[in-house]
Amino acid sequence: MGEVNQSGIAKFLNNIRSLKKSFLGSFLRSGKPTSDKSRAAVMFNNFFLHIQGVKTHINTLRPTYTFGFGLISLYLLIIVVISGVLLMVYYNPSVTEAYNKIKDLKYVVFGGNLLRNIHKWSGEGMIIFVLLHMARVFYTGSYKKGREFNWVIGIVLLILMFGMNLSGYMLPWDQLAYWALLIVANIINSPKEITDSLGITQYFDIGGFFKELFLGGTNPTQESLTRVYLLHIWLLPMFLFLFLGIHFWRIRKDGGLTRPDTFERKDSDVYYVNPPEKTGGIFPTYKTYGLMELARGRTPAVDKDVENTVLSWPNLLIAELAIFVLTLAGVIAYAYFVDAPFKEPANPLIPENPAKAPWYFLGLQELLSYSAFMGGVGLPGLALLGLALIPYLDREEDRVGIWFTNRQGVTVALQSFIIGTIVVIGILAFVVNFGWFRNWWPNVPQILITLINPGNIWVGFMIVYSLFVIKKTGSTRMGAIALFTMFLVSYVIFTAMGTYFRGPNWDFFWSKSQWPIH
Amino acid sequence: MSDKNPEKGEVSRRDFLGLAAIGTAVLSALGVLAGVLRIFKPDVHFEESKKFKIGKPEQFPVGTVKKFDDKKLFVFSDEDGFYAITAVCQHLGCIVYKTDWGFQCPCHGSKYDQMGNVIGGPAPRGLPWFKIEQLVDGSLVVDASKEVPKGTKYIYV
Repeated sequence: MGEVNQSGIAKFLNNIRSLKKSFLGSFLRSGKPTSDKSRAAVMFNNFFLHIQGVKTHINTLRPTYTFGFGLISLYLLIIVVISGVLLMVYYNPSVTEAYNKIKDLKYVVFGGNLLRNIHKWSGEGMIIFVLLHMARVFYTGSYKKGREFNWVIGIVLLILMFGMNLSGYMLPWDQLAYWALLIVANIINSPKEITDSLGITQYFDIGGFFKELFLGGTNPTQESLTRVYLLHIWLLPMFLFLFLGIHFWRIRKDGGLTRPDTFERKDSDVYYVNPPEKTGGIFPTYKTYGLMELARGRTPAVDKDVENTVLSWPNLLIAELAIFVLTLAGVIAYAYFVDAPFKEPANPLIPENPAKAPWYFLGLQELLSYSAFMGGVGLPGLALLGLALIPYLDREEDRVGIWFTNRQGVTVALQSFIIGTIVVIGILAFVVNFGWFRNWWPNVPQILITLINPGNIWVGFMIVYSLFVIKKTGSTRMGAIALFTMFLVSYVIFTAMGTYFRGPNWDFFWSKSQWPIH
Repeated sequence: MSDKNPEKGEVSRRDFLGLAAIGTAVLSALGVLAGVLRIFKPDVHFEESKKFKIGKPEQFPVGTVKKFDDKKLFVFSDEDGFYAITAVCQHLGCIVYKTDWGFQCPCHGSKYDQMGNVIGGPAPRGLPWFKIEQLVDGSLVVDASKEVPKGTKYIYV
């Protein structure tokens, strides 16, 4: 080797002999991650891995800080996309064929039923875990200190995710799908409630305009299914992935997840991470993307928090792998035992009674029963706007990275939980027993109902109570905790109301066994 | 990493367990991949059956030949029995014509003799002969999914 006179053939044969080594070497350029330096290098050099920092703060890896909710949401997304692509091998978005193709998937295609269940449950599981993730971010105050816009992007992702679930729901073209499509189209049309009251519909029919865009006509037809399919497999996912990318990018640029300024390493941390051996370093905590660092020397340690970071390889990656395996196992287990619903073929002549939305929208359906516009457009819009504004209305920066911020935060959350529960149930009990305006005054103008109904009253109460908390505690953070807690509580209670206590004609029943049989 | 000498066949417990874990994960991933790829194989073909009735024996007098255009098939009847030869050229799938000396494909000039053997053109193999069965009601059934050796003739009454 290295002989100047080595013949051409000898050189060529040598290259063939060392093919494995040279190929692998060109592919894995950082070498085996057997030293701290090569472990850092592989995170830094790899296309997929370098979205994450070379080092991770120990707080990020503590299970009771994040519970892995964000990661679980991401993994559910990956599972739902892969299962969705496989379902696309057999699905056909035709009003005459769709139902039969779903039947094929359930009864003929190898693994088809499990695949469909995996797709449905991972998609709906995302709703639960995204809401849990949002709650975690909120209660740890992680929407502050430069992370405000990432919270807004999270809200955008929330909306896109609900859109994905809803559009997917419509694809089997069974009774559930058809009537959901019709109802959603009419919710889109509900601004007509307002324009009618103002008498301007003939000039400005904003509701009708969007309804026609959505349906591809005035009724649910093949055109509608084609558009819903386009939304579900392309338009919404494209925006979802775009915003997800920005969401992750911002997490990195923000220096990773939040952590309290008072963070101290504990002995129990050793169960989750390999703690660093060395201490000291001059770079501030928010810089996680540099390989440059002073390991030895006489420079004073300006910021000591480097000693609370660990190498991402393997500490972060092993945690992420563990959560992935658990998520996958959970989805597959649930999908094995529970079948996704599948009703009779769509029949435009026979609406279901009760025609219930999927569970995550039953709370909304309860609000819709008071006013179409307020329940479908007004209040959800207001709720999303309110959520998006939280980081701008609460800018107190102390104790970011600590659950509930402080003792007072726990108290405020508990009190809001209890008061919210009582008030929501009280409003529902009133409506069930006494009805509302139209029951008392049959000719009452619709606009009065649109403006004053149980949904509006609840939202009004939430806002007034939060302002009261702000005044009493002198803290916008406490007000935010009150508002968010009541939002969560009402979402759950309204959903439970729509699920368990509403029967045919949306009448109130204590139990399903009391529903009248037709 | 360890002080074990691989040349002597020594491996540390840590390395062995690590390798075993990775190996198990890889095997299980391969299993999953196999399952996923199996999904692409259709369990049902939404196509016409390759087994079909062609008529009663009386409809095929000795010394005649019938061409079934929709089934792409020739059915012959001679003293030795009934036989079915495909009309699909084995080159690229065009339908062949029957001639005095055999079969001629118009697309790229493949020629077959009366037994279906290739005598000219780019066809890589001869025309397959198919199995003929008889149902209890007397109807003859051609099974185009079952190829039989050239010269197989069936006697049914």
